[in-house]
Amino acid sequence: MRMPFRLNLTLGLALVSMVILGAVFAPLLTAHDPILDADLMNSEMPPSWDHWFGTDSQGRDVFSRVLYGARVSLTIGIVAQAINSTIGIALGLSAGYWGGWWDDLVNGLTNLMLAIPSLVFALAIMAVLGPGVVSLLIALGLTNWSWSCRITRGAVMSLKSQGYVQAARTLGYGDIRIMLTQLLPNIVGPVLVMATLGIGEAVLAEAALSFLGLGIRPPAPSWGNMLTDAREAIRSVPWATIFPGLAVFVTVLGFNLLGDGVRDWLDPRMQVRA
Amino acid sequence: MGRYILRRLLQMIPTLLAVAALIFLIFSVLPGSFAGTMTGGGRRALSPELVAQINAQFGLDKPLPVRFWDYLVRLVQFDLGTSFRTREPVMDLIAARIWPSLQLALSAMALAVTVGIPLGFLAAMRPGSLLDSITMIGAVSGLSMPQFWLGLLLMYVFALQLGWLPSFGYGEGRLRNLILPAIALGFAPLALLARTTRAGVLEVMASDHIRTAMAKGASPSQMVRWHVLRNVMVLIVTTMGLQIGSLLGQALVIEKLFSWPGLGSLMVDSVAIRDIPVVQGTILVIVLWFLVINVLVDVIYAAIDPRISLR
Amino acid sequence: MSGPLLDIRGLTIGIPNRNGPPLQIVRDLSFDIMPGEIFGLVGESGSGKSASALALMGLNRRPLTTLKGQALYGGQDLLAMSRRSMRKLRGDRISMIFQEPMTALNPLARIGSQIAEMFVLHRGLSWSDARPKAVEALAAVQVPDPEGRARAYPHQLSGGLRQRVMIAVAMACRPDLLIADEPTTALDVTVQAEVLRLIRELCEREGTAVLLISHDLGVIAQMCQRVGVMANGRLLELRDAKALFTDPRHPYTQGLLAALPRLGSRAVEGRHRLADLDTAIDRNAPGFAETYLRPRGEAA
Repeated sequence: MRMPFRLNLTLGLALVSMVILGAVFAPLLTAHDPILDADLMNSEMPPSWDHWFGTDSQGRDVFSRVLYGARVSLTIGIVAQAINSTIGIALGLSAGYWGGWWDDLVNGLTNLMLAIPSLVFALAIMAVLGPGVVSLLIALGLTNWSWSCRITRGAVMSLKSQGYVQAARTLGYGDIRIMLTQLLPNIVGPVLVMATLGIGEAVLAEAALSFLGLGIRPPAPSWGNMLTDAREAIRSVPWATIFPGLAVFVTVLGFNLLGDGVRDWLDPRMQVRA
Repeated sequence: MGRYILRRLLQMIPTLLAVAALIFLIFSVLPGSFAGTMTGGGRRALSPELVAQINAQFGLDKPLPVRFWDYLVRLVQFDLGTSFRTREPVMDLIAARIWPSLQLALSAMALAVTVGIPLGFLAAMRPGSLLDSITMIGAVSGLSMPQFWLGLLLMYVFALQLGWLPSFGYGEGRLRNLILPAIALGFAPLALLARTTRAGVLEVMASDHIRTAMAKGASPSQMVRWHVLRNVMVLIVTTMGLQIGSLLGQALVIEKLFSWPGLGSLMVDSVAIRDIPVVQGTILVIVLWFLVINVLVDVIYAAIDPRISLR
Repeated sequence: MSGPLLDIRGLTIGIPNRNGPPLQIVRDLSFDIMPGEIFGLVGESGSGKSASALALMGLNRRPLTTLKGQALYGGQDLLAMSRRSMRKLRGDRISMIFQEPMTALNPLARIGSQIAEMFVLHRGLSWSDARPKAVEALAAVQVPDPEGRARAYPHQLSGGLRQRVMIAVAMACRPDLLIADEPTTALDVTVQAEVLRLIRELCEREGTAVLLISHDLGVIAQMCQRVGVMANGRLLELRDAKALFTDPRHPYTQGLLAALPRLGSRAVEGRHRLADLDTAIDRNAPGFAETYLRPRGEAA
């Protein structure tokens, strides 16, 4: 898509910064407490000047719950994807560089991980660990590294025969040093793109798991569990359904656009393709 | 061809066993006991005798390697064990859920294919046009939207407000009940297919053999029919396969939301009560589906691309 | 002899620029091609040869645009024709082969049907009637086992064979003009000679004129009756091949010829190095514009 002024990148950056700023400055942006301000006298109020997103069926301010929910979603999204990226890069680098039985093993494991849909796998892990932030980080951080690993491995396999890597080897550099100083800097681009898109996926997965009651436990606000509550009262309080979902949508859209934008930026030829 | 498919199907067995082992380990090694959750999440203390009795009944008192071996032996006999809760064979529980699950996944995919691919094609034919921009914005939005939120909105508008369609349930397989969950589930693959198709068409249109076709004097429609369609299919069949393959798993939340009696809602319900044999069984079936679709994709791939030979 | 088959006048190709004069790739190019003649267009890469050829076919891709000029073929201007009538001409009366035989064919279609397509497009044959004609066309370009090769896919053939297939496609409808854009550049030296001979023999037999584009003076000398020398988007010199090679007039042509290695002259001083050529075409050198970019009439 021929877009003026790198629209993807700009819009993605704008949306992501908006969500991050909202999460960081949540206490300054709203006077209502997301949990304690339950006021049944004031429940099911439509959006107003005092309650921008209205109040839910327990009288809590939806706007402040969405803001505080951003803290949970972003933390989980970013940390889980950081774990995924670290695993993917470490396995992909070492497998692509060393080859042999280690490569076979990593490749087999990657294919195994690809065969199990990551949400299914995460759900199974959540079943064992029980709800909570730490469980979510483990479940989402261990189940979505296969693409990072594949891409890293492929890139390393084509890079390692290049002159400068051979040169580093003749200079007596150790394997780890070559991987970290010669190979890693050259695959940062695609890995960064994968990571950005991965944050969006993790935010979606967290919302889904919390929606199913296996993620963040109420009353702590999370976009997913807000939707669980709201679903019961969707007929009388539709705004309580619309806004948390919109928050997930805007956040994931931001990361997706950012990822696409970074890819276009790194490789202008890809603009036509994706 | 037949031998190739047979070999590929046999090659799935180690993968399935590995998945079985992985899932088995996760449920056995990590903390948390079934007997505890079975009786109310450990809020009421159970007498140790009762716990031991429950464990013995399900063979949970034996050492881990023995249990794993027993599990594998039963698995190769197509015995997935017995549900902790209903005491029915897991196989029967799954069999009852497979058809609704497939019905939902395949309708979602049919929607994605019949709308997504033509849309991507039209967008690519006029790059930079209004249709192109709308399609691409819609595609990235579709990929960013939580499917269950889309489901909730569809439910709100078409079931609760307009009253055109039922808001949940299987309805003995009536089409009316299928429409909303299928749209909610199919939207993301639709968006992805539109995007991949567009990228594929642009890639093919930029290739040298299209210039040859133009030099031959082919009209745009002849060119598309003879030199573009098939070449684009080669580029999107993998994406399509991955989507179909993972759709059973992706349907978890939608099935739960619409109370659709498929594998996904069976798994979610079983997870909630830690009915581990059922969870293991559903995961295995979901993985099996993915692997079978993969073999199918490779066969189709080889059928449309002469450069790929089935070895 | 009758008049020219194709008469190109003042062809100018460039990239339109919204905020100023267009960037010109080819400037004011004029030459003609007689029926049955092999006309050579020679020049370094980037001199505008290929863009000119593609412009005649109407195949330049955006942003490249034909800005000015005429290409008269049988009284019609190719550059001003409707897309529809141009399509009828393309492949039928004027056909083209490209430099890269590895990618010029559709990788997913059988060789036979890619040739048969020509008869379906321009002779109105059905696919089943066109197939045997495609086998004949393959035999005409001396492909061994034409029956079997018609059922093959491009990746199963060597580069030389693929280029023969492209020639079979181009010659299928016995065109009046064949545009060959660097037809042998991507091929092995041994295969080059065979493919060139094939083009010459076929075109002689069918009375097809050829516009041969090459950077290779050897190829041009071997094939052509008349030659145009292009540099920097301009036609510098247009002569009979013999005259051009024995008595080059334009300093650029002289430089090109002098840079050719000659059999038997081993002494370094007897051969101009490529560095000389580079200074000869240095665009920043004082007096470059006057020397090289004179109007065509004066240069020739």
